[in-house]
Amino acid sequence: MKNNKKIKLITSILFVLPALILLYYYLKPLVDYVTYTFLSLSEESHIGASVNFFIYDTIKILILLFLISSLMGLVNAYFPIDRLRVYLTTKKMYGLQYFFASFFGAITPFCSCSSIPLFIGLVKGGIPLGVTFAFLITSPLVNEVAIAMFLGLFGIKATLIYAISGVLVGTIGGFVLGKLKLDRYLTDWVKEIQADSEQETEQWEKDNTPFIDRLPTIINEGWSIVRKVLLYVIIGISIGAAMHGYVPEDFFTEYLSADKWYAIPLAVLLAVPMYANAAGIVPVIQVFVAKGVPLGTAIAFMMSVVGLSLPEATLLKKVMKWKLIGVFFGTITIFIIFLGYLFNLIL
Amino acid sequence: MEIKILGAGCAKCKTLEKLANTVVKETGVNASVTSVEDIVEIMSYNVMMTPALVIDDKVVFKGRLPTKDEITNLITK
Repeated sequence: MKNNKKIKLITSILFVLPALILLYYYLKPLVDYVTYTFLSLSEESHIGASVNFFIYDTIKILILLFLISSLMGLVNAYFPIDRLRVYLTTKKMYGLQYFFASFFGAITPFCSCSSIPLFIGLVKGGIPLGVTFAFLITSPLVNEVAIAMFLGLFGIKATLIYAISGVLVGTIGGFVLGKLKLDRYLTDWVKEIQADSEQETEQWEKDNTPFIDRLPTIINEGWSIVRKVLLYVIIGISIGAAMHGYVPEDFFTEYLSADKWYAIPLAVLLAVPMYANAAGIVPVIQVFVAKGVPLGTAIAFMMSVVGLSLPEATLLKKVMKWKLIGVFFGTITIFIIFLGYLFNLIL
Repeated sequence: MEIKILGAGCAKCKTLEKLANTVVKETGVNASVTSVEDIVEIMSYNVMMTPALVIDDKVVFKGRLPTKDEITNLITK
């Protein structure tokens, strides 16, 4: 990249980043001004409150989403998946490898269409099936979109709980699945690959484009994630804003409150066929919680929506026999339900 | 020159294919651009993250979308 281009890039980052952070901190008074003074909507009126809520939440989430996706892009640029594979096969981990695989699944963003090559790649590198599963479970569960939405709508405490429990589900789920000796339920061509697996010693630093040259791509990708989910964010927040005003209090609590034993399994079952992405679903869940549904149930619901989906199951069909897909999904479901109960007890 | 785009139909893979085609047209390099969607063939390149760009059977990019400049540099080299 040419020098003047570099300088331009760095100056624009130096301007945009503080500007975004400032905007984030002063967003509330700003949006108040726009809705109540500029649009002269009454603060007490229903429409005023809804418009205010809508503008505030949308902008806040988009800022968070952009910052977090760019950050994840940075992490990803410096933590190539090949390095993880070598790391997991060459180091003695004493059981911690499940945790590491799960943790890296959380911090590496990848598009769901990559899950099959990723799965095969890990199996090919001689990584045990359970560890591969740990990675595969957490990866969609804890992603940049879910984190940004949670941070924007529930605050930092709930976000941490969500992220940590996602990593835990992956760790324990991977461990349990590893113990079940499920390798025979892989499809035949995957079994062949597994038999030929070899420890990778190949060089991983092939992509030696300098950092500054990669930065535009990383920022572009962060921006493209924002653009991709923009519509869902708007739809989700609109539904949320509408529900806030019109759905009566206690409407959901009748079915989903903590003292109903079937609440969590019901929430999870309802969630599995939904393939709404996190951006669309979190604003709706936020209303559930505001209307009295306990956070544990909400988190369980959320995890099932993003972590268990039918499209993913059909993708996995290429590498797993139905029985394995069933066991895989069943195990995750059980852990999510268990976590839901646990959170409702302790939170 | 033989350019291959590895990726099972994701959005970024399609963008990369378009980008590669544009670059080939603009630079006038004699190259064919094909897209590989078969997972078994993709895995034969030892690629874990899609999209990936393969030039003359060598993986030059994987797991991210290269910029137009990067592709131009690679195929005019």
